[in-house]
Amino acid sequence: MLKLIKDTFVSQLVTLWRVFRKLFVKADTVEYPEQPPYMFPRWRGRIILSRDPDGEERCVACNLCAVACPVDCIALQKAEKEDGRWYPEFFRINFSRCIMCGFCEEACPTHAIQLTPDFEMAEYKRQDMVWEKEDMLIDGTGKYHDYNFYRVAGMSIAGKDKGEALNEEKPVNVRSLLP
Amino acid sequence: MLTLEVGTPLTIGLILGTVIGVAAMLIWVERRLLGFWQERLGPNRVGPLGLFQVVADMIKIFTKEDWVPPFADRFSFVLAPAIIMVAVLMSFAVIPFGPNIGIVDSNIGILFVLAMASLGAYSVMLGGLSSDNKYALLGSLRAAAQMVSYEVFMGISLLGVVALSGSFNLRVIVEAQQDGMWYVLPQFIGFVIFLIAGVAESHRLPFDIPEAEQEICAGYHTEYSGMKFGMFFVGEYLGLVLISSLITVLFFGGWDGPAFLPPVFWFAMKAGAFICFFILLRAAIPRPRYDQLMSYGWLFLLPLSLINLLVTGAIILSTQG
Repeated sequence: MLKLIKDTFVSQLVTLWRVFRKLFVKADTVEYPEQPPYMFPRWRGRIILSRDPDGEERCVACNLCAVACPVDCIALQKAEKEDGRWYPEFFRINFSRCIMCGFCEEACPTHAIQLTPDFEMAEYKRQDMVWEKEDMLIDGTGKYHDYNFYRVAGMSIAGKDKGEALNEEKPVNVRSLLP
Repeated sequence: MLTLEVGTPLTIGLILGTVIGVAAMLIWVERRLLGFWQERLGPNRVGPLGLFQVVADMIKIFTKEDWVPPFADRFSFVLAPAIIMVAVLMSFAVIPFGPNIGIVDSNIGILFVLAMASLGAYSVMLGGLSSDNKYALLGSLRAAAQMVSYEVFMGISLLGVVALSGSFNLRVIVEAQQDGMWYVLPQFIGFVIFLIAGVAESHRLPFDIPEAEQEICAGYHTEYSGMKFGMFFVGEYLGLVLISSLITVLFFGGWDGPAFLPPVFWFAMKAGAFICFFILLRAAIPRPRYDQLMSYGWLFLLPLSLINLLVTGAIILSTQG
């Protein structure tokens, strides 16, 4: 009998009291538009294309990002400048498909494509979700301030032949017998 | 004609407007309070503190398509939501809100309220039956059994109050409490049983088994939409206001209170506190199983209310000799 009373009334009253106390507890709600949440620096949000320290586009149109992309939202076309540098003729990301997985950033050999903490990308028209290179290209270097692909890579361009890159040995003449 | 007396058109209009207005505002009050009790904020966007949330909801619900499913029995489908509104609003006719505020001083006030509560059960039953939907049918089956069985203890638990005051007239009951003490003290068990039966009767959580979302979708109003659903919705809140007012009148002295505030204010305070308590019940207590609800009623509440009546009667007889 005592147990019945405890189960039917006392435990219910305890529950009521514990829930009632929540009236004086501060709500967990973050009132988002007025109260912006803290975004972590490595948050995977809107995608940008960065430039190297000399102000040139970092992207070399290698297509690795497009291959890595699980939803195939990246499209680009390679072109070449007179000095031998590669660059994307167009670079297009369909953000209505993008899932912000960051695989493109991981695949990129030149640190060109990077994800940023910005996430407020809503649009009224679906067509506006497709971003071109001009929309994504920023003036800065992004997360990697000193990295310049053509300065460290062995590829020859105008003004920098093979063996002249940073930390690069002179090319060995494999047909010569001399040491 | 336009004086604040019992039964004048002005009083009737004021009561009708206030009751429906309060019932509509409860949509916002309930969501807000539930939010606080769950460490959220609740709706606070439309207007100051979200007060105009009701207006937004009303605009939405009035402009929705008034859809009657082709397989439904059209007549009773349309009739059902009207019955609950009418039945609950009729009950407010006998409730004394203040010394000179009320619609009718009926000598059978309590019986009238109980009769209207029984009529309200038809709304739920018809709504479920006419929808021709298995979930709605299950919901209305449950509602019929639950409301019929809980009406029994609801009535019996009130008999103690009737025996103490010697009248079925709600105004006489309030005045009897002003002379003596509030009936919550001598009739505490009756109060608890009436509270539980009232929750079951207005099928609010935790006894919302007829419309349990997690089990049977929305129960008897699964097929309803637009304003017809809105009437079920507001009818439920009206029932909440009604039960709170009844508890205030029967057990907490109605408009009785210190004289520095007008009597109506005391009535509103007490009823409002009970409305908040019902919302707290919803926030805190999980829903029992259907068979648990039925056996709890018949095996526990029915004997308890009978014993309560017996003891009350014996004490009254022995003191009055």
